[in-house]
Amino acid sequence: MDQTTILLTILGMAVVTYVPRVIPLLALSGRRLPEVVIAWLGYVPPAVLAAMLLPSLVVSDGQLAIDAGNMFLWAALPTFAAAILTRNLFVPVLVGMAVVIVGRLLLI
Amino acid sequence: MPIVLGYIPVGFAYGVLAQKAGLSAFNTLLMSIIVYAGSAQLIAVGLFSSGMAPLSIIITTFIVNLRHMLMSAALSPYLQSWRKPELAAFAYELTDESFALHATRMGGQERPKSETLAINVTAQASWVLGTAIGIFGGQMIAEIEPFALDYALPAMFIALLVMQIKNKVQVLVAVLAGAFSLGLYLIGLQQWYVSIATILAATLGVVVDKWTKQPSS
Repeated sequence: MDQTTILLTILGMAVVTYVPRVIPLLALSGRRLPEVVIAWLGYVPPAVLAAMLLPSLVVSDGQLAIDAGNMFLWAALPTFAAAILTRNLFVPVLVGMAVVIVGRLLLI
Repeated sequence: MPIVLGYIPVGFAYGVLAQKAGLSAFNTLLMSIIVYAGSAQLIAVGLFSSGMAPLSIIITTFIVNLRHMLMSAALSPYLQSWRKPELAAFAYELTDESFALHATRMGGQERPKSETLAINVTAQASWVLGTAIGIFGGQMIAEIEPFALDYALPAMFIALLVMQIKNKVQVLVAVLAGAFSLGLYLIGLQQWYVSIATILAATLGVVVDKWTKQPSS
């Protein structure tokens, strides 16, 4: 893909990212969305994050890879533990990456 | 500030991976400035390198970032005195991390406008800084595997997912979304699996809500 197409794609990404961020703030001055919409939107964050997470852990080169040699799956355990304990972004990401780095060093 | 610490390493990973995916330094930095959405940017980089069509990349970005709508709606009661241009500026820098921070510090009351905006600007500055360091790093690092940069995104999903979970139905929705997503991916719906799985699981969550609340009401 050439850089101009990439640039145009990024502009499109910027628009579709900004619109959902700004509309509720501008439209909801004092008003509330219907109950069912709020409930649905409330499930979108965990759903979209889990939908992105699971394949990123268990699919390798387009194939299901649930086995003892899957480093990403092993590293998920301490990463989850760090996330539950700290509830921030920094510590779990560093813990997860450190486990994968060490795991790969040991397997060479 | 925790938000700054969180953004630099992930911004770095994004900068390196974008270089490896063939994005120019200008485009890499531009995305951090005008899109400014951590996980969506890392996903987009993966999609660019797999050669996905621009429209699919934009639609995926939309679905992935739709969750900010809820965060925007949730914060609106605490920003009632803000003028529209100020709200527009605030929304531009609304991310999972800044939402978590604002939701905690506002905790039912309005906070000084300047402080709130300063947090957002600092957070994005650290994201752009991390990206810039990553662009340089990407030119020096030949392989990403020894640095586990390919694990930055899964680890970030885990951290953000845990930050979002507040009740049992959300756990159920997350498990269902993961299962649907994996199933859809494996049967070959590689462009749509995240969107379809999200819509199905969130809808089932609402159904389960109605279902479990009905007998008691």
